[in-house]
Amino acid sequence: MAFDRLVQSVDCWIKTQPSAYGFAQVGPGGYQPANMEWIEFASPDLFRKKLIQADLVIAHAGMGSIISAQQYGKPIVILPRRANLRETRNDHQVATAKHFSDRMGIFPVYDEKDLPEVLASVPIGRAMEPISSYASEELLTRIKGFIHS
Amino acid sequence: MNSKKPCILAISSGGGHWVQLLRLRPAFEDGNIVYSSVKPEYQSDLAESDKFILISDATRWDRIRLIWMVMQIIYLLLKLRPDVVISTGAAPGYVAIRIGKLLGAKTVWLDSIANSEELSLSGQKIGRHADMWLTQWEHLSRSDGPFYFGSVI
Repeated sequence: MAFDRLVQSVDCWIKTQPSAYGFAQVGPGGYQPANMEWIEFASPDLFRKKLIQADLVIAHAGMGSIISAQQYGKPIVILPRRANLRETRNDHQVATAKHFSDRMGIFPVYDEKDLPEVLASVPIGRAMEPISSYASEELLTRIKGFIHS
Repeated sequence: MNSKKPCILAISSGGGHWVQLLRLRPAFEDGNIVYSSVKPEYQSDLAESDKFILISDATRWDRIRLIWMVMQIIYLLLKLRPDVVISTGAAPGYVAIRIGKLLGAKTVWLDSIANSEELSLSGQKIGRHADMWLTQWEHLSRSDGPFYFGSVI
């Protein structure tokens, strides 16, 4: 799903960063950036390739994006979609941003006007430990135990 | 004692639901696992030997697509006859658990970690039907379910 408010803001910001290269997945019919390479929908393989190359991820506050960035040890700046702007059905992304704000490598921003300030404060390029590939030990054990019971 | 490997159907809709389902993989060891989701490209997230079944995406707001999705899931479950159906949501998982239960499968619902302040609607409705009804936020757990045993991250 397109998220023009985010893509446009990043497109503006990246113009002020001459040494930065940006790649954007803009969603079907999404805003087409002038200052970044873009595609409407990236296949999982392309997404993985770009993620590995990236120093920073900027995305909506969706769990797919957050988990993917964390699995590859990339810092992620998240801007929640808002129900009142008809960007999504409810404000669960705002809740996600709040609940994950204390995790290492996750940087929430609630207003796109604050993006440049938040982006300036993110330690881009500093190596981050990727999280494990799997869920917590206890959850896995409980589910596995139930499957074989 | 039955030492046959259980047949497990792990099913979800796209995006974060699929990413979370994949993080449960170690729990499916020692089982015959079949994955099912809504984008053909997701096959590339799996090992070559993993079985993947594509189903149509649908949400509760699209009646016609929902009916088609339900038919596909009924067909899948009748063909597969899984011992276990597990889902991280949303609508395809809800349907698969309801039908799986009718066919005698054990069922697990893990509400998406994206629902941090209240359970998803399908997560609330599935409670009466899922044998294992889970939330990934401790403050959402209740004494008679959903239960909290941890989260995918």
